[in-house]
Amino acid sequence: MSDKRPDHGSGQGFAELRLEGVSRRYGAQTALDDFSLSIKGSEFVALLGPSGCGKSTALNCLAGLLPLSGGSIHLDDRRIDTLPPERRGFGMVFQNYALFPHMSVRKNIAFGLQMRKLGRAETAKRVNEAIALVQLEQHADKMPGQLSGGQQQRVAIARAIALHPPVVLMDEPLSNLDAKLRLEMRMEIRRLHQDLGLTTLYVTHDQEEALSMADRLVVLREGVIQQVGTPQEVYDQPANGYVAGFMGYRNLLELDVSSADGDYAVVEGGGVRLVGANRGGVTSGAAVAAVRPEDLVLGESDGNGIRVTVRIAEYHGRELSVEATTSQGRSIYFRTPERVAPGDEVTLGVPRHRVLVFGDAERARQGLVAV
Amino acid sequence: MSAAVDLPAARAPRRTLRHRLADRGVDRMLWLVLPATAFVIVLFIYPFIYGLQLSFDPLKGGPLANYKEFFSDPYMRGTIWKTLRLGLPAALFNVLASVPVAYAMRGKVRGKRTITTLLVIPITLGTVLTAQGLIMYAGPQGWLNKVLTGLHLVDHPVTLVHNYIGVFLSLVITGFPFAFLLTLSYLSGIDPALEKAAATLGAGPWQRFRKITLPLLAPGLAITFTLAFVLAFSVFPSAQMVGKPSGSTRVISIAAYEAAFQNFDYSMGSAIAMIMAVIMLIVIAMVMVWRATLYRGSTGGKG
Repeated sequence: MSDKRPDHGSGQGFAELRLEGVSRRYGAQTALDDFSLSIKGSEFVALLGPSGCGKSTALNCLAGLLPLSGGSIHLDDRRIDTLPPERRGFGMVFQNYALFPHMSVRKNIAFGLQMRKLGRAETAKRVNEAIALVQLEQHADKMPGQLSGGQQQRVAIARAIALHPPVVLMDEPLSNLDAKLRLEMRMEIRRLHQDLGLTTLYVTHDQEEALSMADRLVVLREGVIQQVGTPQEVYDQPANGYVAGFMGYRNLLELDVSSADGDYAVVEGGGVRLVGANRGGVTSGAAVAAVRPEDLVLGESDGNGIRVTVRIAEYHGRELSVEATTSQGRSIYFRTPERVAPGDEVTLGVPRHRVLVFGDAERARQGLVAV
Repeated sequence: MSAAVDLPAARAPRRTLRHRLADRGVDRMLWLVLPATAFVIVLFIYPFIYGLQLSFDPLKGGPLANYKEFFSDPYMRGTIWKTLRLGLPAALFNVLASVPVAYAMRGKVRGKRTITTLLVIPITLGTVLTAQGLIMYAGPQGWLNKVLTGLHLVDHPVTLVHNYIGVFLSLVITGFPFAFLLTLSYLSGIDPALEKAAATLGAGPWQRFRKITLPLLAPGLAITFTLAFVLAFSVFPSAQMVGKPSGSTRVISIAAYEAAFQNFDYSMGSAIAMIMAVIMLIVIAMVMVWRATLYRGSTGGKG
């Protein structure tokens, strides 16, 4: 068996994990299309997108659990997409934990080390280290079925990192936990990542999770990369309307460009007229104006004013989350510390640099409007 | 215990009793169990007890005369060994052969339904038709021997029926689909993510099967084995038709049949049937004891 030992040994040291034009098709359906990404050692990268966007496919391709339909994967100079999963040696944390139900916590964590024939003493040492890292000392001899969801997740993480893998892949690891535990585990994972100098690729559909944990975000849609950038870049400068929508720009107004220059564009339609930052380089035709609910204020601002009628006001402690409609029935969402009530007519303003105007490729593609 | 205040006092105790019964799962839904219970009593428990007492009431001699006769006569006693010699290997073969097939058939496989249907057809045919087919195909004048002799691969027809092999083959044909269906359902109950996890931890295909799938599948295989064994142990038609009912495949059910319907000694027939039941129970008990040592909890899958 020794010849089958993964040749990276226990070293995590590598400079770059490179995916080049990776694609994966299921019959006629393309789950992942021309996915190229370079991940540096010790980086925390989050793949973000709604379910079915191809993010889990990308992770499985990387782990070797799915064969590629095209492209290649390289770890520094070595091509690894031709290796079976057991020889890639990437640690993986599964959404449903995938703990071996017939083995104790200790044996689950020891499994990978035994497969690598590390020897009894070394295995025991590494298992104890991993158990201590995730603070499961009291539960080491329990079976997975006796643990809570959060504890199971810790075991899954310990099992993946006990091997000191070059890359840890995490497939929505927190989505089965309740909200409070999720916040705790988020910090825990980030802490492990930093303390152990891991390289982590983290798949999630939760933008907050991705923004708070990752060094770099990859936003995916229908198997195609939409934007790659730091959390701040993606949050403040979304590349298109889709990314903006995912990053909390809840108001995506489909409007038409009436005038535009390099910096600003005026868009209007359905009784709404807005001046906003011209992010899509639009000149005319269909556009999407993206506005965050928290950027809208009561009263006209910066020449932007929308007359709306409050429909629903949700109490959120310090502020209200409000759904309002324009005279033409368009929904606008905003947050305000003022006490507004359903039926109130108000004017909403927004600074022009907080309105992002993108070309509306979607509507143009569907032939709804001329570009 | 106390009834709601606005209820008439007289009704309170009755409601309480009903609530107490409902807490223990006793309600009108329980009547649904009645038909099945009646069925089991009339068709299983009553005949069994009747047969048991009949076996202790022999034509001549004391209450245990039938049992003494059975175990003192080597020709009778030997049927136990002959039946075990057929039933155990056949059941074991069926279970072991079903594992790789089920392994290949789980998940999405092209033509899965067709293949499953083909594998399951023998169950619907029944033993008699299978035995008949076996004679036609593998008998001295069957196609197989005609082809083999025609091609001069053999000088004399190969003897595949009217002996041990014939019965064994027929037990495999009728028993395998059954074992396969059971094994497939047990295997589908194991979460495929477990093997994927094992793969990312460095386990090759064989290690994944050996360390993860097999231990989780083993309790199911034990159940499959006992059912396959019970099926094979009560072999009767094929032992008669494609076996050597006076020699190597004189199984215990033939002995019981002869006692009851050729010698018209129902009491002896019942005694042999009881011995059959005890042997089956012993084998099942041994398998269950082994099974009790295995992990039998959740397997994480949809099953």
